[in-house]
Amino acid sequence: MAVEQPDMKISIGSLRLRNPVMTASGTFGYGEEYGSLVNLHRLGAIIVKGISLLPRQGTPPPRIAETACGMLNAIGLENVGLESFLSEKLPFLQGINTPLIVNILGDTVQDYQQLAARLDEEEKVAALEVNISCPNVKQGGVAFGTDPGMAHAVTKGVRQHFSRPVIVKLSPNVTDITGIARAAEEAGADAVSLINTLLGMAIDIKSCQPKLANIFGGLSGPAIKPIGLRMVWQVAECVSIPIIGIGGITTTEDAIEYILAGACAVQVGTTNFINPRATEEIIQGIGAFLVENKMASIQDLIGRARQV
Amino acid sequence: MQAYQQQAEIVNTEKVTGDIYRFTVKAPDIAADSKPGQFVMVRAGEGLDPLLRRPFSIHQVAEGGLVQILIKVIGKGTQAIASLKLGQNMDVLGPLGRGFVHNTMQEHYLVGGGIGVAPLLFLARQLLKKNESSAIKVLLGARTKAEISTLADDFANMGLGVQTSTEDGSLGKQGLVTDLMAPLYSKNPVMVYACGPYPMLRAVAGVSRDRGWACQVSLETIMACGLGACLGCAVLRADMNGYVHVCKDGPVFDADDVAWL
Repeated sequence: MAVEQPDMKISIGSLRLRNPVMTASGTFGYGEEYGSLVNLHRLGAIIVKGISLLPRQGTPPPRIAETACGMLNAIGLENVGLESFLSEKLPFLQGINTPLIVNILGDTVQDYQQLAARLDEEEKVAALEVNISCPNVKQGGVAFGTDPGMAHAVTKGVRQHFSRPVIVKLSPNVTDITGIARAAEEAGADAVSLINTLLGMAIDIKSCQPKLANIFGGLSGPAIKPIGLRMVWQVAECVSIPIIGIGGITTTEDAIEYILAGACAVQVGTTNFINPRATEEIIQGIGAFLVENKMASIQDLIGRARQV
Repeated sequence: MQAYQQQAEIVNTEKVTGDIYRFTVKAPDIAADSKPGQFVMVRAGEGLDPLLRRPFSIHQVAEGGLVQILIKVIGKGTQAIASLKLGQNMDVLGPLGRGFVHNTMQEHYLVGGGIGVAPLLFLARQLLKKNESSAIKVLLGARTKAEISTLADDFANMGLGVQTSTEDGSLGKQGLVTDLMAPLYSKNPVMVYACGPYPMLRAVAGVSRDRGWACQVSLETIMACGLGACLGCAVLRADMNGYVHVCKDGPVFDADDVAWL
């Protein structure tokens, strides 16, 4: 007797995904880099490296440092800029039968609005993910994502200029992530994704210098999973829009933990560097888990750990 | 660019000297596509700490889909890889990056420092297919004899003239590998291919520029993905305006294209 394939489909606003596994922005290039290692047509969605209006050079090296079960990075949002993205990167992604989500970043609310308006014209762009961890240059460099008012303003700005789903990516470097999540929801976000990297540092005791030229960098990898999981749980308490879980997902079990905590989908990040096949393995693993536990749909799993 | 992730069986291990090992693995897809100067990323054990893969130049490829890498133990990642045993699998990702460019030059100077000798053996083998051995000179430098003598023999066994320098004078000329470059003279155009520690490469690039020799350098940086995705392996461009990335734009660069700091 043929085994019934479980239903892995999920929705984010009007966007339907064949499965809940995406690639985290900044860990998967513009998709093409992994083209020979991963079947891109099987992924839930591809989220590309964050794009700004103009190209960015990024920070001086060293830009990365390995830490216990993790890594620090200070890339400085290096990217090719909107125009090169459209002319050089998008054509490859047009040929991939998987929803494309573009991560956007800016210095001002106007930057985000312009990006949203231009990307709205490209039908291949199924959704936007708004990186609000960037400093707002008009507000003294305070990160958009650390202030509910600014998070609301940037989300609303993008919402007004983009007709398809808007996902707001939350920073964990805040006192209360739920306040930021609520602000994004109130401003019209279709979903929130969390967590971005945690601010950290490492010092080389031989040279007595910080390991990163930027001194501070974002911590990612398996080390941060318990924090991401806790924050997903907290945000699930207070918003009703879908949550996409991110942070240290290395295995199927990690992904399932996030889904049990209330995430409807997950992003695989740093693990792509170590095991390029991780996304495909996790997609297969979640399916097998559903079969094993006689669940017909991924919906049976979402938030299950929260049910009393 | 086509890359492969292979569980490659270890078919030979050899301790070259104190902390340097030579591993031969069966990785047919990688072997078939590899070019001298390209590299592979190797998983450092099965656990999550150390987390990142480690980059290694492709040392040689051989019949039967074999790939060789030279591993110098410098930390827990390289220790985990070097402690793999015959018959076990090594998780290898490659071939990656852009290798050495060659063909037009009439004289080829291969300049290696320490573990940086690794990609030059593969390069020498390929150069020998289209060049007389007399047109290829191999200059190897190291701190001490033990680091370099086995590898110097490998080049000599291919019929190449090898000159060596060691800082302690235990093999060849006492001094630095650039001291071996000073007396060289050629009427013909020269291409220098260099791999080794950063200060050596900077010195080799300087000598090459002074002598009017073209020079390619193989750079090493910390890197996470090896695929051009993480952008962690940035190196300043020669015009100081922006960065190139070692994993994708390199690891081999024209010495004139990068800033020497």
